[in-house]
Amino acid sequence: MSEEVKVDKEHSHVQHVEPYTPQFGTMIPSGSQKFLRTCVLWQIVRFVAINLKMTILILKSHH
Amino acid sequence: MARLVILGAGVAGHTAASFATKWLGDEHEVVVVTPNAKWNWIPSNIWVGVGEMSKEDVTFDLAPVYAKTKADFRQAKAISLNPEGSESNNSPFVTVEYTGQGKEGATENIDYDYIINATGPKLNFGATPGLGEGTTLGEHTVSVCTADHAVHAAEELEKCIEKMKAGERQKFLIGTGHGMCTCQGAAFEYIFNIEHTLQERGVREMADMTWISNESFLGDFGMGGLHFKMGGFVTSSKVFAESLYAERGMDWIIGAHVNKVESGMVTYESLDGTTDTHEFDFAMLIPPFAGAGMKAYAKDGSDITDTVFAPNGMMKVDADYSKATYADWEPSDWPRTLQSPAYPNIFAAGIAFAPPHPISKPMKSANGTPITPTPPRTGMPSAMMGRAVTASICDMMNGKATEPTHTSCMAEMGAACVASAGKGMLSGTAAAMTVFPIVPNFEKYPGTGRDINGTTGEIGLAAHWVKHLLHHAFLWKAQLKPGWALIPE
Repeated sequence: MSEEVKVDKEHSHVQHVEPYTPQFGTMIPSGSQKFLRTCVLWQIVRFVAINLKMTILILKSHH
Repeated sequence: MARLVILGAGVAGHTAASFATKWLGDEHEVVVVTPNAKWNWIPSNIWVGVGEMSKEDVTFDLAPVYAKTKADFRQAKAISLNPEGSESNNSPFVTVEYTGQGKEGATENIDYDYIINATGPKLNFGATPGLGEGTTLGEHTVSVCTADHAVHAAEELEKCIEKMKAGERQKFLIGTGHGMCTCQGAAFEYIFNIEHTLQERGVREMADMTWISNESFLGDFGMGGLHFKMGGFVTSSKVFAESLYAERGMDWIIGAHVNKVESGMVTYESLDGTTDTHEFDFAMLIPPFAGAGMKAYAKDGSDITDTVFAPNGMMKVDADYSKATYADWEPSDWPRTLQSPAYPNIFAAGIAFAPPHPISKPMKSANGTPITPTPPRTGMPSAMMGRAVTASICDMMNGKATEPTHTSCMAEMGAACVASAGKGMLSGTAAAMTVFPIVPNFEKYPGTGRDINGTTGEIGLAAHWVKHLLHHAFLWKAQLKPGWALIPE
């Protein structure tokens, strides 16, 4: 009888990755990184930062 | 009074037309020639392609907008250029064939003093057997290149979702449909939107998703890849892109030249020279781009198409087209003024100009088949080129200069790319990337070829909000609503 393996939150989103496949050789976000990607407060900060970066980029690009 | 004729009203052409009418006022005449009655914010076609937006959300009628600006709008396609005029007409002119306004099929010669070629790409579906005929999409795959294509793609996607709900497993194949494609970014965004849609609809587990691309590595994006700071490292876009695919359980096939499309199956040649097949139930494959296919004639009627246009139909401008090998390439090869070297009153902007060479290192399969992404120049670069070229022409038409006064060089400009995964304000995550400059300069920026502070990539909801902001801002700007000129390209 097989015993059910519990997968922790840090790995639950990548349990499909098989060893020695191309997917196995790349970086995989941790649970905390994934949390920050949808954390509204942090993303408001990043929204301002991205807009600032894009504005600088545009200003540097017009000649 | 002089006349500026603008061919095309896409991102580059419409930007040019908007600023030309603003800067030239009533002093000069602006004529816009485009075969389409509607303007399309193409980046949001991705959301149309997954049923999140309608065609009406991403398009609007051009005629009322040009009526506001007093631009002379002709719904027609350009057939040929006579840059020296003809034996019966000393003025340069362009021959157009009407596609609307009740004059369908009628041709007309329109004289010009200056002309901007911003005709965009010809969607060359016919380059790959089975992908389509000429510029017409075939029956085996879908596309998101136009709003109508995207509506069709959403309908086909819905059919697949219904099958999955009924327990039938589906195979999705998204990417490029030829070894010489560009615009990988659009396909990249589309596969993530499909994956997100399948998650939202509860059928992701029933889908096998595969990316297929002519890139020699994931994250090449037709720019030879890029590097940005992430987690204390300067990280390659290869790692960034592979991570996104791995996280979502999607496979990838790279270095692939799709050479045949059949019902439910593509055949492709890989860089190692092998040929393989891949089955699909739903495939969105970007076609290669070609120039609009205009001809050019000298005053005596002789064909000078080869003088004005490159073999792929794109217009020759002030680029160095002599560099044949990757080792010889330099940022200075890239055009700055976008002026035709043969005829100084002809300019090109956006996809219509002929790049001197790819940005990515050219690759050939073991059989000698070229498999190399061509340079991306859609969206932001196109708009910047349209504005710069118009500024130069307006200065010349207003008597302020005799030479172009503004430049827009892909080796000196940056670009921003936002690839969404869904449309939700609180769900899904997008990738926001900036790159500066688009063409790497390894002398100025040793190692990565780009400014590490100006080249960035991150994933999160904020990028979704940026995508929404861009959608509404650019539709506002393109409709020339109050304050439009304050919104930067």
